[in-house]
Amino acid sequence: MPIIKTEGLTYVYGEGTPFCKTAVDNVDLEIDEGELVGIIGHTGSGKSTLIQHFNGLLKPTSGKVFIDGEQLWKDKSRLRDIRFKVGLVFQYPEYQLFEESVYKDIAFGPKNMGLSDSEIDKRVRESMRMVGLSEDIMEKSPFELSGGQKRRAAIAGVMAMDPKVLILDEPASGLDPKGRDAILAQIREYHQQKKNTVMMVSHSMEDIAKHTTKILVMNKAKVFCYDTPVNVFHRSKELEQMGLAVPQITRVFNRLKAAGVPIEDDVYTVEFGKKLIMRLLENR
Amino acid sequence: MLKDITIGQYFPGKSIIHRLDPRIKIILIVAFIVMLFIADTFFGLGVGMVFVLGAFLLSGIPFKMMLKSLKPLMPLLIFTGLLNLLFIRTGDVLFKWKFLIITKLGVTTAAFMIIRIVALIIGSSLLTYTTSPIQLTDAIERLFSPLKVIKVPVHELAMMMTIALRFIPTLIEDTDKIMSAQKARGADMETGSIIKRAKALVPIFVPLIVSSFRRAVELALAMECRCYHGGEGRTRLKQLKTSFRDYAAIFVTAVFITGVVFADKINFFI
Ligand SMILES: Nc1ncnc2c1ncn2[C@@H]1O[C@H](COP(=O)(O)OP(=O)(O)OP(=O)(O)O)[C@@H](O)[C@H]1O
Ligand SMILES: [Mg+2]
Repeated sequence: MPIIKTEGLTYVYGEGTPFCKTAVDNVDLEIDEGELVGIIGHTGSGKSTLIQHFNGLLKPTSGKVFIDGEQLWKDKSRLRDIRFKVGLVFQYPEYQLFEESVYKDIAFGPKNMGLSDSEIDKRVRESMRMVGLSEDIMEKSPFELSGGQKRRAAIAGVMAMDPKVLILDEPASGLDPKGRDAILAQIREYHQQKKNTVMMVSHSMEDIAKHTTKILVMNKAKVFCYDTPVNVFHRSKELEQMGLAVPQITRVFNRLKAAGVPIEDDVYTVEFGKKLIMRLLENR
Repeated sequence: MLKDITIGQYFPGKSIIHRLDPRIKIILIVAFIVMLFIADTFFGLGVGMVFVLGAFLLSGIPFKMMLKSLKPLMPLLIFTGLLNLLFIRTGDVLFKWKFLIITKLGVTTAAFMIIRIVALIIGSSLLTYTTSPIQLTDAIERLFSPLKVIKVPVHELAMMMTIALRFIPTLIEDTDKIMSAQKARGADMETGSIIKRAKALVPIFVPLIVSSFRRAVELALAMECRCYHGGEGRTRLKQLKTSFRDYAAIFVTAVFITGVVFADKINFFI
């Protein structure tokens, strides 16, 4: 059974006004448990809107959403439990910090779940370790942290609820390259340790190619494709036509291929590209 | 929930009403309000109604929007109606039950007041529907600029108003986002005692205030970087111009005001 499933999911902003806008259009999707899904698409293609349906923050204009086999919005009182099951980290999550200490802020979610103090303590410490925050900032005010640390604290706040599915909207946006890589690596590690389902929206093809097991491409409110990175980047022509850049390395290898270098595979990570080149050089 | 707020909701369009000089539009709306208050009879009010409904038709704003602007003021209308209905005790008695007395004068006054307020709301919402907030503050600044002589900081006040108007949607959006983010962490704002619900607002208000301050600082910096230094010697991208249609609108309004006065007179004869 897929952990997330949608049937004909459609969402219209401002329905019935002259400003109405279909942000998600008739999306059918099945996401299996344990995947690390990267969501990519042009700005305004409906990524953020789509993921807010997975924990019942937005109510579909039409269509259905199933989480773990349970249909959302059938029973409104179940929504809160669904939100503990599907953790959603918004874009720029540092703007949601409000408590007087980092510890308390991370504990907000678990506390709302009604967990015991000792369990909360365990989870806060674990999630802080997971995002790479050292324990000595625990008693600091979240507003004293650096931008990157704030981001981590906010992500930890959702991780601490130990959701079955963790969804992050552009977790690395606005960070410097080193900070980005660190956060993305930590997310991947979280995925490997927990064996949970993780989804993340990103604008960087490189990041997505490097870290994910499946890619969901959104285009103009519709799902363009949902497949493994190999299969998605195999369609690099179409992606480029949509205005999405494929990873640089894929472009380089596509050019090499066009220039007559015997390459059969699709290359989308630098490591794999390096291996191929080495092999080619050896066989020469 | 938050989406229902329609303060200054501008409805883009190209109708003649949209294209009137906003200064003239404001003056004409004031004239219209005066028109409503000099009307003493249903005939007079009727003429005023024809005026505002005609303007509404010309503006091409959907009829639905007019009803929408009336909705939030429904309690006020009902309250005014009931007050007049129940407390006017002179005139022919229509209905009597225990201490309740409803008179003919009560009914007509209630109806009169309600129609007057409805016309007022329609008129003022027509102004905000057809004039963008920027145009509106621009016009207000111009209309009040003679006050500069007595050292009223007209430009600064207008700029403050522009900024406030500009940031209302932004703040609504921020609130929406923060609420969603806290809901995603299991915040529960809808159930529980009043104290519990008030406490549940802390996770919303703290980030909201923090982000408003951040925005204010950023805006101030951005304005300074672009050498903003108040109204002195400032020119405008969009000049306000009065044209033929504005004079036509003034003429039509004058005709209707005369109409109201005469309609009241007619009423005296019959
Ligand atoms: N609150 C809102 N009200 C009205 N329209 C909205 C709202 N939020 C988003 N939209 C519109 O819906 C469409 C999809 O927006 P969405 O935020 O889901 O895009 P996105 O793929 O996340 O973009 P980005 O990459 O820029 O974050 C956009 O055209 C946007 O203008
Ligand atoms: Mg987005």
